[in-house]
Amino acid sequence: MNQGDTAQIAVLACAVRADERRLLDALDRRKVSYACLDTRQLSFAPGSPPAAFPWQLVMNREIGQVRAAYAARSLQAAGVTVMNDAACIEVCGDKWRTSLALAAAGLPAPRTALGLTPQAGLDALDQIGYPALIKPLTGSWGRLIAELRDRQLASELFEYVAALPGPQSHLVYVQELIVKPGRDIRAIVVGGDLIGATYRIAADLKTNVARGATSKPCPPTPELAKLAIEAAAAVGADIAAVDLVEDRSGNLLVLEVNHRVEFSGFQHAMGDRVDVAGRIADLLIGRASQCQN
Amino acid sequence: MISCPVCDVAVAIPSQSRLSEILECADCRSELEILSLDPVTLALAPEVEEDWGE
Repeated sequence: MNQGDTAQIAVLACAVRADERRLLDALDRRKVSYACLDTRQLSFAPGSPPAAFPWQLVMNREIGQVRAAYAARSLQAAGVTVMNDAACIEVCGDKWRTSLALAAAGLPAPRTALGLTPQAGLDALDQIGYPALIKPLTGSWGRLIAELRDRQLASELFEYVAALPGPQSHLVYVQELIVKPGRDIRAIVVGGDLIGATYRIAADLKTNVARGATSKPCPPTPELAKLAIEAAAAVGADIAAVDLVEDRSGNLLVLEVNHRVEFSGFQHAMGDRVDVAGRIADLLIGRASQCQN
Repeated sequence: MISCPVCDVAVAIPSQSRLSEILECADCRSELEILSLDPVTLALAPEVEEDWGE
């Protein structure tokens, strides 16, 4: 494919961080023509693509969930193909909607409930049991996740939740605490293929690399590969980082699916074994060809 | 050489830097954003917002 064939590709990002840099470098190595657009400068009007938006395929690397979702919705309404698409971004960006999608696909996950009020969440925890977790419906990098060791602590913490501003804050997402064996697993799926998996190791409950967890390669079993691929499909993701945890019996459960994959820790751990940015770039170029046809 | 807008110490700009790329000042550790490439101008990168992440 020559440059002219792929000039319709744009990459959306408000900042070029290490992962975006790798992706852009991968596109450069493939001699693909593309535009890198700053989402902070975009606006949309309903009904037609912006005159200055001639691209047919957009890779959405916007780091802000709200901007990412609205940009994808606006572009798709104008006939632009977005990867990942808006529906995927909206599902992955909402833990409850992710839980619903995983359950609909029959995939294993920790026992979870959504209380429509803090009191209802507290009642739901009586069924789930303690220790448990409360997680914000939206949010990343382990922010605002708290361990609830017993009912009294949950009751006290939910008083604070009830005092938070905004109706969405009063929806309480609670989940069985799976005691991790000092690690969880990140599996990256691109175009329906598992391209690799890493353990994310941390003594802390939160095993996010962004919080200092370290990564090392995880040999993917057939079970892991199947579950990761099915989880990505359940949320409609072309590109996904599926976070998995092993329970006490060694069974794998899906914790979440991330639509804007951060892969620096993964890539560092995997070294030359896999080129995440290259695989994503190849998928993007292949999809660009389909957009043209 | 361009200076860090926070601590005024010289910041090394990698070759083939990109617009909107985030750099870290080696001296004060501030995250800096490349606002333009020719000439290179830097500003303090935006603060992490509530909905940022994966």
